[in-house]
Amino acid sequence: MMKQKLNPAWLPMVLLILGLSTIAFPLYMTIVIAFKQPSEMSNTISGILSLPEHWSFDNFREAMEVTDFWSSLGYSLLITLVTVVLSILVHSMIGYVLGRNKNHNKFYGFVYLFIVSGMFVPFAILMMPLAKETAELGLANWFGVILLYVVFYMPMNIMLYSGYLVNIPIALEEAARVDGASTWRTYWKVIFPLMKPMHATVAVITALAVWNDVMTPLVIMAGSGVNTLPLAQMNFQSQFGTNYNLAFASYLLSLIPILIFYIICQKQIINGVVNGAVK
Amino acid sequence: MKNDRKRTYLLITIPILALFITFNTIPLLRGVVYSFTNFRGFGNYEWVGFRNYIDLFTDARVGSSYIFTIKLAIVTTIVVNVLSILLALALNSKIRAKGFFRGAYFLPNVLGALVVGYIFNYFFTYLVPALAEMTGIGALKTSILAGKNTAWIGIMVVCAWQAVAMNTIIYISGLQTVPEDVYEAGSLDGATGWKKFWKLTFPLIVPFFSINMVLCVKNFLMVFDQIMALTKGGPAQSTESISYLIYNNGMKGGQFGFQSANAVMFFIVIVVISVAQMKFSGKKEEQL
Repeated sequence: MMKQKLNPAWLPMVLLILGLSTIAFPLYMTIVIAFKQPSEMSNTISGILSLPEHWSFDNFREAMEVTDFWSSLGYSLLITLVTVVLSILVHSMIGYVLGRNKNHNKFYGFVYLFIVSGMFVPFAILMMPLAKETAELGLANWFGVILLYVVFYMPMNIMLYSGYLVNIPIALEEAARVDGASTWRTYWKVIFPLMKPMHATVAVITALAVWNDVMTPLVIMAGSGVNTLPLAQMNFQSQFGTNYNLAFASYLLSLIPILIFYIICQKQIINGVVNGAVK
Repeated sequence: MKNDRKRTYLLITIPILALFITFNTIPLLRGVVYSFTNFRGFGNYEWVGFRNYIDLFTDARVGSSYIFTIKLAIVTTIVVNVLSILLALALNSKIRAKGFFRGAYFLPNVLGALVVGYIFNYFFTYLVPALAEMTGIGALKTSILAGKNTAWIGIMVVCAWQAVAMNTIIYISGLQTVPEDVYEAGSLDGATGWKKFWKLTFPLIVPFFSINMVLCVKNFLMVFDQIMALTKGGPAQSTESISYLIYNNGMKGGQFGFQSANAVMFFIVIVVISVAQMKFSGKKEEQL
């Protein structure tokens, strides 16, 4: 008891530093292996843990070529950005309409429940019919994947937006209406800007989910000749999986964009994820 | 004026609802329809009534995928929640560099599960056995992913590595809602350590506990990426999760109809578990 009072936090501090190795060690190994040459890989402890002899970017250059890195990066960015923008525009709009009407209008109340209960539908049951459907509609490509994401994240985002709406007084809309603004204009000029904190939350959770998703592009656009970053890793693994140094360079390359994003917007990301889960 | 509002609301709702129905409701219904056929994914098919559903209960591969998935979900949920409560308590105590530690511990959550799986795959296959060889730990000399009875542990470790990050941050936000004076009152009554946590802190963070339970159970029941990266369902189909089996046999193995029935059953299981969890956690929170 006394000791704890004198030194309030040495025990958690020590444990936290030790625990950090479970995160730092895998990352360290990934970086080291990505820079080493196959001839440097050995089975002794010092050989495994040691730094590479030279820091050469050859592995990365080759991995970029083999996985067509810039193209997969481009498609991953395109799909993520368009999905996030569409989610913010579309989900906030429908979230607003449903949130404002669901409690006193049976139709909107039903639509709200109908869409939100889509949260219980696992991708496993949609996957096979969607593969057929998107092929029939000519949407078995990156654009189809975006449309599907807009639908998949709709239940969650509608819940977030219509929940947030409780914080925005109706009086604001009524004031705008008295001034003669149409409902459409009122929404974009008054409500949409006020929902900014929720836009940030929605952007973060949608972006992380889309960026890291494997199943949807795998099932929908596997035959389209276009890859996202995770898909590129999967193809790479099946073709060149035995050259571990090359493989790790490729893994590291695919992790770098999200690592940079995380380092820059760490606070917003953590807040967004917590808000999304807790609300 | 009122008409303008009504019209605008409808004009927004109808196209978005149509989009939702096209890519969520219709495929769901089509999945149910396929589940009553012997469709292979191409060519002709016939109606087979409830045959697929009856076969589900006698199919050993389906049975073992349910057992594996449920076992993985339960064990991983327990491991993750114990670790993240401890970690959250440590991160919420009076330490230095709080922001740095929180940021560092959350990092695994933002990385893609597939690539993380590939990285750990290498660790389990080469690194751990090499280290075991040198330190003389016999049990780890062969890759745990190669053993029928041990491969699931590897999957659990990778799932937990990423999920702990998420759950910890949620527990921290729970701990921050606990007012200081609760502890002051508690320490006057002589509550310390374990008792203090169990009697004072935990009841106040139960809502966050139930969020974490829901998140964990749902995510782990749908596990796919980790399986794909670590074992591809092997060895000897011992780590086939339900999602992986549906993908593998339904999309590629010509069992479109049969796996649709499996997917319908999986859907029902998810709904039942989710509803039960919501009822249960709703009640618990009311009591407090």
